[in-house]
Amino acid sequence: MTTTQTRSWYKRNEIAITPWLFLLPGLFFFAMYVIIPIFQSFWISLYEWNGLGKLSEEGEWVGLGNYERLLGGDRKFETSFWNNLKWLVLYLLAIPMGLGISLFLNQQVRGIRLYKSLFFFPFVISQVVVGLVFSWFYLPREGLLNAILSWFGSDGVNILGDPATATYGIIAAGLWPQTAYCMILYLTGLNSVDPEQVEAARLDGAKGHRMLWHVILPQLKPATFIAFVVTIIGALRSFDLISVMTNGGPFGSTRVLSFYMFEESLSEYGFQMGYGAAIAVILFLIMLVFIGYFLWSMYQDEKGAR
Amino acid sequence: MNSMLKASVAALALGVASTSAFADGHALSGDLRIVSDMSNPAPRAVMEGLVADFGAANPDLNIELEIVDREAWKTQIRNALTANAPDVVNWYAANRMGPYVEAGLFEDVSDMYEDGSLPGLEAVKGAMTLDGAQWGVPYTYYQWGIYYREDIFNELGLTEPATMDEEMANCQVIIDSGRACYAIGTKFLWTAGGWFDYMNMRTNGFDFHMELARGEVAWNDPRVLETFANWRALIDMGAFIDDHQSYSWQEALQPMLDGEATAYLIGNFAVPHLREAGLTDDQIDFYQFPTIADVPQGEDAPTDTFHIPSNATNKDNARAFLAFVASADVQTEINAGAALGQLPVNAGSSVDADEFLEQGFEMLSTNAQGGVAQFFDRDFPAEMASAGMEGLQEFMVFPDNLDDIIERLEETRQRVYE
Repeated sequence: MTTTQTRSWYKRNEIAITPWLFLLPGLFFFAMYVIIPIFQSFWISLYEWNGLGKLSEEGEWVGLGNYERLLGGDRKFETSFWNNLKWLVLYLLAIPMGLGISLFLNQQVRGIRLYKSLFFFPFVISQVVVGLVFSWFYLPREGLLNAILSWFGSDGVNILGDPATATYGIIAAGLWPQTAYCMILYLTGLNSVDPEQVEAARLDGAKGHRMLWHVILPQLKPATFIAFVVTIIGALRSFDLISVMTNGGPFGSTRVLSFYMFEESLSEYGFQMGYGAAIAVILFLIMLVFIGYFLWSMYQDEKGAR
Repeated sequence: MNSMLKASVAALALGVASTSAFADGHALSGDLRIVSDMSNPAPRAVMEGLVADFGAANPDLNIELEIVDREAWKTQIRNALTANAPDVVNWYAANRMGPYVEAGLFEDVSDMYEDGSLPGLEAVKGAMTLDGAQWGVPYTYYQWGIYYREDIFNELGLTEPATMDEEMANCQVIIDSGRACYAIGTKFLWTAGGWFDYMNMRTNGFDFHMELARGEVAWNDPRVLETFANWRALIDMGAFIDDHQSYSWQEALQPMLDGEATAYLIGNFAVPHLREAGLTDDQIDFYQFPTIADVPQGEDAPTDTFHIPSNATNKDNARAFLAFVASADVQTEINAGAALGQLPVNAGSSVDADEFLEQGFEMLSTNAQGGVAQFFDRDFPAEMASAGMEGLQEFMVFPDNLDDIIERLEETRQRVYE
């Protein structure tokens, strides 16, 4: 009796309920592991707490104290912030570089698949391996870079040991896989370029740069958008390379916000959960600018499609 | 070979049976879960041997051993102590215990020191004491000092120096021969802490160093500046290898092996690496860090420890295991040159016949009247230690930045100890 009633109620509302049933597991885990922790971080950032014992018992309420300390002249924070900006700007070089390589590889030659996969290779290997390879490459005494420089009679350089160059050295390592990623995005994009439009442009006398700029690139806009998104995200989560290559050093000059957060709250000597959470919140707000932009432009696209 | 192994196992089991009978009077039953950070090959074998022996003496006891990477354990311990805590864990002595003791995550084992279940541990009790109670049991310690290339010293006609003036005179000869005096790798910062410990303990004495560690002295105190000035004299003469900020301590052994650097201020754990790399005991030797001012010598001798988490379930079994590890025979056994190759913490143990262990033991028992420190990152609170070591590394690369470094450290001190 009851079963038929429930079933019939479900039958009546099936169309409305089924999508939610399918969404439920995803929503649950998304809330559990993403949404709720975001608000927990906000909350923890208002306390001074060493991460051991319960927040309600061991934590000391300091209000906005952590933020005052962070924004009121914490030099480690300033270094990390500027390094984050360097990462954001320089990492974008992966997009034109990826485009260049994909244009170069977008041709029918014998064995082109092999060349493509060789160019894609750095993206397949782990970031940790990339970091290790590059840190050996940069080693001051036995590194390949200094061996090459010495052929040209140049003195040895210690890229990762010099606070002025270390961050750029790590970004260069990061660009290697990121360029490969952008390249693959553009290669698939180039497949869907309309040959008729190219033909038509050619009849109208477009060549070289003009062809690229006015005919090809507009058609690659979706690929460019995705490349931009993944590169920005990649730049902001540049944690593993720094950890492997310099461990934030020399004397903290290669820290970025995510690494600084880890150091303050979770590392060997880090017992400042509240302060770490405050850094995480600031990083989140910076990311929010980009996330907002991405959502807005996707929304505009959807509207246009309708 | 096989029979020898069997014989030694039997002998060990016999020794074990007698010690545990002495400690408890009855065999244990139930469970014992141990998480250890002794992940390097030699310590790992020691840990596994300890568990096997303890299990042999207590056949009804179900022991579960988990060995985690030593570096990873430094960050994992906080989770391990809170959620589903094991019964025994590894950690370090002195202030390194601080956060866990304050949060109530380590079990107070003062009762073991009082009821006589830890005979022979009186001398090391201090390193395990915080807030007037003891929080664990040590199982090994090792001396720090200057390990040097004896063959190069002989070639240049140098002898072991006793004072900093002699040290610097030696160093000048070494530099003139186209070598660096000291290898060091500061990529992971703490090695620079060792140099500061010694420069400060020799310039201002052990007690002053401890006052600084407790935050009672300002970093811009003229006495601290004098320490840095003494250190700078060595830096300015080019005593240290170049680009040390890019190397780990292990990687920095290479210049010493190649004869490009003649000495290394490091702990005794470096000796097996030097031997494995092919240096014989004729080529390496050890001397105590030379004196600077007329103060009693203090030494770094870090102690590694076992603890019982407060949330452990089998605390009685854990206590028995701690007593077993610290007992005289086991201490002799596990700290032997073929095992850990370090110094036993129990006064009733004997030090293995090894050139470096004997010299280290001699130095620590007769020539460290100032006192025995744990190490920069164990004596200073965590936040001060991390900011401090970063500043020390910067100082070693850019000594001109000293004013700025001092200012930062003083700022950190005022916040950390408030």
